[in-house]
Amino acid sequence: MKRHFDEDLDDLRGRLLRMGGLCEEMIHAAVKIVVERDEEHLNDVAEWERQVNRHHLEIDDVCLKLIALHQPAAGDLRLIAAALKINSDLERVGDQAVNIAETGVFLCKEPKIKLGDVPRMVEVATGMLKDSLDSFARGDVELARDVIRRDDEEDRLKSQTFNELVHLMQRDSSAIARGMDVILIARNLERVADHATNIAEDVIFMVLGKDIRHPAEQEAREAGGASATA
Amino acid sequence: MDTNPVVPPTPAPALAAPLPAPKPGPSAQKEKPVVMSVRGLRAGYGGGASVLKGVSLDVRERTVTAIIGPSGCGKSTLIRCLNRLHEALPGAYCEGDIHLGGRNVLEIDPVLLRREVGMVFQRPNPFPTMSVFENVASGLVLNGESDRAKIAERVETSLRRAALWDEVKDKLAAPGVGLSGGQQQRLCIARALAVEPHILLMDEPCSALDPIATARIEELLVEIKEQLTVVIVTHNMQQAARVSEYTAFMLMGELVEFGETQQIFTKPVDKRTEDYITGRFG
Repeated sequence: MKRHFDEDLDDLRGRLLRMGGLCEEMIHAAVKIVVERDEEHLNDVAEWERQVNRHHLEIDDVCLKLIALHQPAAGDLRLIAAALKINSDLERVGDQAVNIAETGVFLCKEPKIKLGDVPRMVEVATGMLKDSLDSFARGDVELARDVIRRDDEEDRLKSQTFNELVHLMQRDSSAIARGMDVILIARNLERVADHATNIAEDVIFMVLGKDIRHPAEQEAREAGGASATA
Repeated sequence: MDTNPVVPPTPAPALAAPLPAPKPGPSAQKEKPVVMSVRGLRAGYGGGASVLKGVSLDVRERTVTAIIGPSGCGKSTLIRCLNRLHEALPGAYCEGDIHLGGRNVLEIDPVLLRREVGMVFQRPNPFPTMSVFENVASGLVLNGESDRAKIAERVETSLRRAALWDEVKDKLAAPGVGLSGGQQQRLCIARALAVEPHILLMDEPCSALDPIATARIEELLVEIKEQLTVVIVTHNMQQAARVSEYTAFMLMGELVEFGETQQIFTKPVDKRTEDYITGRFG
């Protein structure tokens, strides 16, 4: 039986995917400022951030309305719970993009500096973000698991970039300010990957009803026979 | 129809050792003992097809078990089998095992059984000719209790347990049917509690009540499950989710899924359960 509620849930999915698409565009534009040294993209990032923030507010409203009016259960409830969390993650991704863009604008005014593994980090982080959103759209658990696995690579690249930039700053004190900025950009990208990982975890919960976060704590809870409200 | 016994009171027998649960849940080690065990229950009405087609479930002590399902799925028939009310209908039959504290329910005198397994119905049904006090005392009196002080004490205790005492303490002599619908239903609960049952069966007890009266009954359920076991049939799935620890989903006479309420309402195993609780059919 097709329900009006299904249309509301489809609308919610659509809103999240549109917001996710804007976040992807923001990251790509912010990275262009850094890599191509083109400040013009800052205006796009700023405009998209306003749109992302509007989505953030509207999606929260939609979720609360759906909970209040429909008292969802089972898969519907898990979708809305996941949507609330993904909404927050995407808004934070937008913030990371703004940080990268603003730092990039500073770097544009300075002499060029080595970016370490930042270009590769951009590939990994944007790929993870795109695939996490695809896994949400399709309810694809395998793709979500793949996103989670890729987070280790992003962490490794960030550490390499940190080390490389620290050595550079030790050798050349005039590069300290720029080097710190590149490290900040690497950290922003690593956080984008973390948010993509969170989204992928939410997708697995949404599809399977299985919470895979914090496995050690989950195991301890199950061993203790913990049951939240039963 | 009321279930008040008409024989002298007898001491409630001690409950036997719990039966093993058929499917222990994830928090099995914290589960309470089984107080009533149903196995392969079949029931129906004369020459027609079976209404219940082999239902098995365990009811755990001092918990609320909710039975949900679409109209005609057999949920009311199931609880009416638990205190042998179903068999009272002409042509009705009930086969299988229902064990209460180690005894086969189908072999217990129905009148004695209903002292241990009380029932509250969909519509409040206070005895129309009796006062508030007499309604609650009726079960005790029919059981042969004549000590007026003891009866008065039990009436007050039962009305307090039903969260009705404060509202009726000054009008105990007034007709029971003069109370509001919600009060009448709590009066019926007090009447059922007065004979101190082990299990209270409730067949859609809030379906005729407004949201405030419903909320009172739900609060009451949370209170009384500290002392006795409740099995409630409800069409209101949010009510099942709010008040029960265990939920059974029935469909066309079969028990489709039975488990902890949180599991049933967040991650049901059977697609039919998911479709029902999300309103995709029913």
